[in-house]
Amino acid sequence: MSFLEIKNVWKSYGDAQILERLNLTVEQGEFVSMVGASGCGKSTFLNMLLGKENQTKGEILLEGKPLIQEPDEERGIVFQRYSVFPHLTVLQNVMIADEFSAAKLLGFVFGKKKAEIKAKAEEFIAAVGLTPALNKYPHELSGGMQQRLAIAQALMKKPKILLLDEPFGALDPGIRADMHVLIRDIWKKNNLTIFMVTHDIKEGFELGSRVWVFDKLRHDPQAPNAYGAQVTYDLDIGSEGNKSDSKMKIDELSATSSNPIMQEEQA
Amino acid sequence: MKRLMNIEPSPALRGFLTLLPFILALFAYSIASEARLAENPHDKLLPSFTQIVDAVDRYAFTENKRTGEYLLWQDTGASLYRIGLGITISAIIGLFIGLCNGLLPIVRSGLSPFITIISLIPPMAILPILFITFGLDELAKVMLIIIGTAPVIIRDMQSQVMQLPKEQLIKAQTLGASTWLVTLRVVLPQIMPRLLASVRLTLGAAWLFLIAAEAIAAQEGLGYRIFLVRRYMSMDVIFPYVIWITTLAFAMDFSLRKISEVCFPWYHQGAK
Repeated sequence: MSFLEIKNVWKSYGDAQILERLNLTVEQGEFVSMVGASGCGKSTFLNMLLGKENQTKGEILLEGKPLIQEPDEERGIVFQRYSVFPHLTVLQNVMIADEFSAAKLLGFVFGKKKAEIKAKAEEFIAAVGLTPALNKYPHELSGGMQQRLAIAQALMKKPKILLLDEPFGALDPGIRADMHVLIRDIWKKNNLTIFMVTHDIKEGFELGSRVWVFDKLRHDPQAPNAYGAQVTYDLDIGSEGNKSDSKMKIDELSATSSNPIMQEEQA
Repeated sequence: MKRLMNIEPSPALRGFLTLLPFILALFAYSIASEARLAENPHDKLLPSFTQIVDAVDRYAFTENKRTGEYLLWQDTGASLYRIGLGITISAIIGLFIGLCNGLLPIVRSGLSPFITIISLIPPMAILPILFITFGLDELAKVMLIIIGTAPVIIRDMQSQVMQLPKEQLIKAQTLGASTWLVTLRVVLPQIMPRLLASVRLTLGAAWLFLIAAEAIAAQEGLGYRIFLVRRYMSMDVIFPYVIWITTLAFAMDFSLRKISEVCFPWYHQGAK
């Protein structure tokens, strides 16, 4: 039994077929990068893993059990924006994760329990390098720091799966490189299973141990919505995928592929 | 020379410009008042400043011989009680229903269209119904304020809750929060400053309803007094009363803003 099994999953909105015939398995500790043109369904697929959307057909099994069809503690998420709470400081933003489970009724904890949660939160904040900003509000942080905070929040719950929805899309290139180092480090240290949607193919290859390329195999020019996208390439690039290696893969892929999107993204 | 739209006044000039319209208005009034009084010393339409000061002294600082009370303070107390009670109840109703409507689709489908329709009823049109049902006492006046302002606050709160980024609500769920905890720790604290802003905006309407209700049936109150002395064309009483009401309205608005700034600094420092 694999960690995550996707069995013949289809997704459609009314007449529009988004995804079709997805059959994939993922083992624990893999870092799956999902790339493809905009509108190819990679975000829809991420939302299905998250539980925000439900598949039309088929099933997704996590450790043999069907995935719960609403967001819960098993799956952590970092969105491109807005995934931290603006009314809480950095420390409170991270502490709230454990306060939710420790105080089901009041939502706040006190005394010794609070001290414990605070210590744990401070550890995770240190791990993402935000200790100097402990008592700042999110609007006082830069975009990169906000994403670090969102990651720290998600890690508090030790999620089975960490989902990243274009997490670095809004960041400057320099900051982005720092974040790559951070996320790779966190992935290795915590043996996390990560799914990341990105529109930056290079980023996908650089970070992932596995890359899924979403694209439509079948086209009907008279009815563009009739067929959905599938995972057209499932590339295992190993956890040690170094830069020259991934560069080669990208070149190889764009050379062999007739897929105009891939070439476009290269250019 | 910079474009007009790019010219920022200096602090001194800004202060002067702020005061200028007030000074001009007072000046214009005093000229008009003097001109009318010169023609007819018994003119009541534009009383002189001395007459106004006399009236203020009579109403605010002279004991009523029969009741031993000071009229202005008695009126102020009655009016503030009504508007305070009315707007507080409105805010509580608005917060509760607006929040449920905004967050829970199942409540929203039931209540939202109904409240939209209710909010379109002109409250003044049902004032007679209120007087008949709730009597001529305090209840009818407070009810008018509630009926006039609560639907607006409900609708505003609902849309504010729905404008919170979906990402936040999903994030909270992935951190293990139940609907109740999302409400308590994520939605409620973010909606409170918006509630205060909404109350500030509806205060104008609340005053309108209060004065209208007092004008029709009351024994005391700022609106009641204005409409009472109107019969004698006592402009020397009406003017200070209007200025006093304006001052009270300003003070309420100002203190609500300050409360919001102190309690929710993150909201006012650009985090929306």
